[in-house]
Amino acid sequence: MNYNHILIRYNELALKGKNRKDFERKLLENIKFALQNFSGVKVNRSFGRMFVELNGADESAVSERLQDVFGIHSFSPALKVELNQEKIDAAALWAMKDALPNEDGTFKVTVKRPNKNYPIGSQQLNYDIGSHILRNTKDITVNVHHPDVEVKVEIREEAAYITCKNVKGPGGLPIRTAGKVLLMLSGGIDSPVAGYLALKRGVLLEAIHFHSPPFTNERARQKVEDLARVLTRYGGSMKLHVVPFTDAQKEIHKQIPDSYEMTIMRRMMLRIAEAAAKKYEALAIVNGESLGQVASQTLDSMHTINEVTSIPILRPLITTDKLDVIEVAKKIGTYDLSILPFEDCCTIFLPPNSKTKPNLEKAKLYEKELDIDHLVKDAVDRIESIKITPKTIIEEEFNNLF
Amino acid sequence: MIYFDNSATTKPYKEVVETYIKVAEDYFGNPSSLHPLGKVAERLLTQARELAANLLHVKPQEIIFTSGGTEGNNLAIKGTARLLSKRGKHLITSSMEHASSLEAFQQLEKEGFQVTYLKPDKNGIINMEQVEAAIRNETILVSLIHVNNEVGSIVPIEAIGELLSHHPKILFHVDSVQGISKVPLNLHKGKVDFCTLSAHKFHGMKGNGILFVRDGVRLTPLFSGGSQERGNRAGTENVAGVVAMVKALRLSMEASKTELTKLTELNEWLKQKCESITGVMINSPTKRSPHILNLSVLGVKPEVIVQSLGEHDIYVSTKSACSSKQAEPSRVLLEMGYDENRASTAIRLSFTFENTMEEAQAFLSVFTKIVEELKKVVEK
Repeated sequence: MNYNHILIRYNELALKGKNRKDFERKLLENIKFALQNFSGVKVNRSFGRMFVELNGADESAVSERLQDVFGIHSFSPALKVELNQEKIDAAALWAMKDALPNEDGTFKVTVKRPNKNYPIGSQQLNYDIGSHILRNTKDITVNVHHPDVEVKVEIREEAAYITCKNVKGPGGLPIRTAGKVLLMLSGGIDSPVAGYLALKRGVLLEAIHFHSPPFTNERARQKVEDLARVLTRYGGSMKLHVVPFTDAQKEIHKQIPDSYEMTIMRRMMLRIAEAAAKKYEALAIVNGESLGQVASQTLDSMHTINEVTSIPILRPLITTDKLDVIEVAKKIGTYDLSILPFEDCCTIFLPPNSKTKPNLEKAKLYEKELDIDHLVKDAVDRIESIKITPKTIIEEEFNNLF
Repeated sequence: MIYFDNSATTKPYKEVVETYIKVAEDYFGNPSSLHPLGKVAERLLTQARELAANLLHVKPQEIIFTSGGTEGNNLAIKGTARLLSKRGKHLITSSMEHASSLEAFQQLEKEGFQVTYLKPDKNGIINMEQVEAAIRNETILVSLIHVNNEVGSIVPIEAIGELLSHHPKILFHVDSVQGISKVPLNLHKGKVDFCTLSAHKFHGMKGNGILFVRDGVRLTPLFSGGSQERGNRAGTENVAGVVAMVKALRLSMEASKTELTKLTELNEWLKQKCESITGVMINSPTKRSPHILNLSVLGVKPEVIVQSLGEHDIYVSTKSACSSKQAEPSRVLLEMGYDENRASTAIRLSFTFENTMEEAQAFLSVFTKIVEELKKVVEK
């Protein structure tokens, strides 16, 4: 015996009033997209939940993939069996053993019987199925209040469904239901995680990256493309806008006193990001800032840097500790890429004495030496946008070699 | 030409050689170089690693590219023994391992390790109970061949792995140089910590191999040098060989899906036909890899048969190619309990997916004639 279905629940969507239909439709679409490489798999929606028909696909591989689809609150591998008491008993026993492989623990049986034509009532079924499990296991006992495993049996018109395990999903809202945001993607640990968390709230994600050749090399850029590619696992194909930042950086380095270089550079990046957001019709900027983590992320710095724009800046990591961010980065598969040692534009030219408490008025004063409008416009005009598609093992370029 | 010596080496697939040439010419950069040529070579290597991992159902970081079976076996065995020598100095292996394992263990014995050599039964099998009986408190490694290279017997890796999962301090190395693509092995079910593969046994180029090292398991490297292969294997990567190997692995795994039954039938057919020739005895067990058939022509030196078949453009070998130059009886057959006579007269036929029934028939008729003639000469 093996699981042949997965039952998907999406509680939070139920709260969303009249948008609910759209959300459900989007979620269904997203699940189908996520499972497109599993041949034979079908996804259906009915009565406030969704069913994946496995049709022979590997349940654990499909479950693993479902962990990447935001909007799924929880899911349960299920056995669909025909309406035959022996088969229902056997399936319940199998699922019970699968949930408690050591056959040591407690359980209860909960039967629902929307199909009133089935000859046995749900109370009797509770008892019958429970007895069958007790007779055929070693150390499993009943506990109706706090069972380790709840064996849920649903007798429907077409078949009976049996589930035992309840797997927590990634939660959140279906991607692409909340509008477009622009993620400031460096090559570090934080920004990919910020992008992931933004996706969790259902955004359509695009990313912007500041590249300063020849001071930052091709590998640094490749690394960012690879990071974006990891994010496609959660958000689907995405656009990466690569900003040529060399000219602006050189100019800042030339004109601005050492201690304000970093602050002005950040102000410049934010201006460019805002202009890019306007150009690509994004409604907010997302970044990986965490309060107090580095000199540019102190409250004073944020106050001085943020001043250049009025577009909403979402900072999903603002109160998160570094170790917690690392944990998420490892879970979502960006950590190993992020720690590759290629310098990005934030660290080149960096003076040893950046201000942790920059003064806004001074920043404005120093900036008068720069032709800001020109630098911003020139950088935005020369943005190179590339489409990052979900990962295939072998890229097209190398296809014929393998 | 009839090539029945695929356990010694296989002919590289044509597409594999083409890939090798193309990569060697177009992507010759050193993957560690910072410039674009280095970068593209590195990407190619990364993707080769990912595809290899995908084909073997493991993680990319669990793949170490090596120079082949000998290095893989040495790295797993010595690398573990040297790293864990403080925890214990007892190692378990069998007496029917390939020379590259056996000699590594003999070297470790000289360094002060104690090695238990399990003896195969008459079917060439090491069973779970033998391993269990040999385990001591200070055992750190069990290393076994998956498919024996001389007789094709199959060691029950998954059962032994299950046993070892109750001894979490003991690492498990499997030499699957002969097994890959011929006898399925689930590295996770088998609780395998290391698995050695060699490219030229599955139609890749010589000088390439893979050592699977389970995530989280460490090794003392054999070579000192750069930090390639996550510090486990210094030396500039052989990108062309690696890409060619991964392609060969893909093609072999695909062929394995459709051609194994055919191979099994061919093997069984030859076994029955050879068995009925007077003076020919089958040494391979009934349960064997579909690509190996070992037999003895009693009273006739096996070199003579290899030579005579060679004159007909048919290629087989005596025992393991790695030890066939020594005119001694087969160690594996002796260990399985065969007498000197049997063990000194063994011929190994080894097949691959591309061998056909027609070749088997042609082989049989030549072989029958040769045996008849030679028997007349020696028995006079």
